[in-house]
Amino acid sequence: PKYTKWTALVASITIFVLAIFIGFEIITKVPPTLHTPLMSGSNAISGISIVGALLSTALGANWFASLLGLLAIIMATVNVVGGYMVTHRMLSMFQKR
Amino acid sequence: MLDSHIIVNLVYLVAAVMFIFGLKMLAHPRTAVRGNMISSIAMLIAVVVTAYLVFADGNATWAGWLLIGIGLTIGGAIGVFLAVKVEMTQMPQLVALFNGLGGGASVFVASAELLGLTDAEATPDVMLAIGISGLIGTVTFWGSLVAFGKLQEIDLFEKPLPIPAPQAFNAVLGVVLLVLVAIMATTGMGWPFLLIILCATALGFTLVMPIGGADMPVVIALLNSYSGLAAAATGFVIDNNVLIISGSLVGASGIILTQIMCKAMNRSLVNVLFGTMQPGGGPAGSDD
Repeated sequence: PKYTKWTALVASITIFVLAIFIGFEIITKVPPTLHTPLMSGSNAISGISIVGALLSTALGANWFASLLGLLAIIMATVNVVGGYMVTHRMLSMFQKR
Repeated sequence: MLDSHIIVNLVYLVAAVMFIFGLKMLAHPRTAVRGNMISSIAMLIAVVVTAYLVFADGNATWAGWLLIGIGLTIGGAIGVFLAVKVEMTQMPQLVALFNGLGGGASVFVASAELLGLTDAEATPDVMLAIGISGLIGTVTFWGSLVAFGKLQEIDLFEKPLPIPAPQAFNAVLGVVLLVLVAIMATTGMGWPFLLIILCATALGFTLVMPIGGADMPVVIALLNSYSGLAAAATGFVIDNNVLIISGSLVGASGIILTQIMCKAMNRSLVNVLFGTMQPGGGPAGSDD
């Protein structure tokens, strides 16, 4: 079979759609005390754009692209590091009660 | 056979599965702490293996590595500082702020990619993904900042917008944005991206500004879902599976969480989506 760019795109769309379905199914009943930690924890996951930020900084087409990448790294790292730590802090507060 | 891209993508798959388990465990009281741990380790794995990818690629300059080091150090320091210093009562606005930064990061990655595109690479799918990433990411960024400002009780964000018909204004903005994205996708031109950023900035403000402070947790949950979708769109831009999986995971589960929070607060999701919540303090539900 002949693999083209479009083959890869269809594969990506397949992954996207299936992951959407997993996302819908994964969360069912959440006790109200976990609403905010869950929001915070999943927010930290959306900081995954840090991966894209690393790639575009190191392999950027020119200095301006690398600069935008640097800004992206800083923002995404705050999101990731802060997000996980804050979630942990919230959860440990509940456990003490 | 096993070149670096294959190894990296397999490790990305491991990270993605760990995100799924982590998120699932985070929704249950007994496993929540461990779930968050697993998810954070997955993130670390994704970052480390991406650094390996850059290393194996061999095209990174020392300046590139330096920028990575600087970025991770500054971002990490700010993240730790905020997470440790902020008071427990200010957690919701901190989450809003983090969420906005995540959305902003997606926009910058998409912008950096757009800068490096050759004409041959500017195919409809890539341009569509860049446009959508810029659109959703910018709305997330400014919307989250407004949510942050409202929860922080900054006066500027408490005032009503000087727009006579906000609903119609949002609808027009939305249509303009879709047209701009369509122009990018069909023509392969980059300039509409700047207009997308501009209009999406306005939309981020006009969507969240009219909503009352009591409803902010629901809005942040929704914006969290958006930032996931922005990351997924960025995944399509750079053709990266871990971004697509994690982003869509957060995007979809974020919608469900929004719905759950709406129910807890006696709100309807449709009203949130179209920004027709009652301003001011509505009846707060069992949440918080």
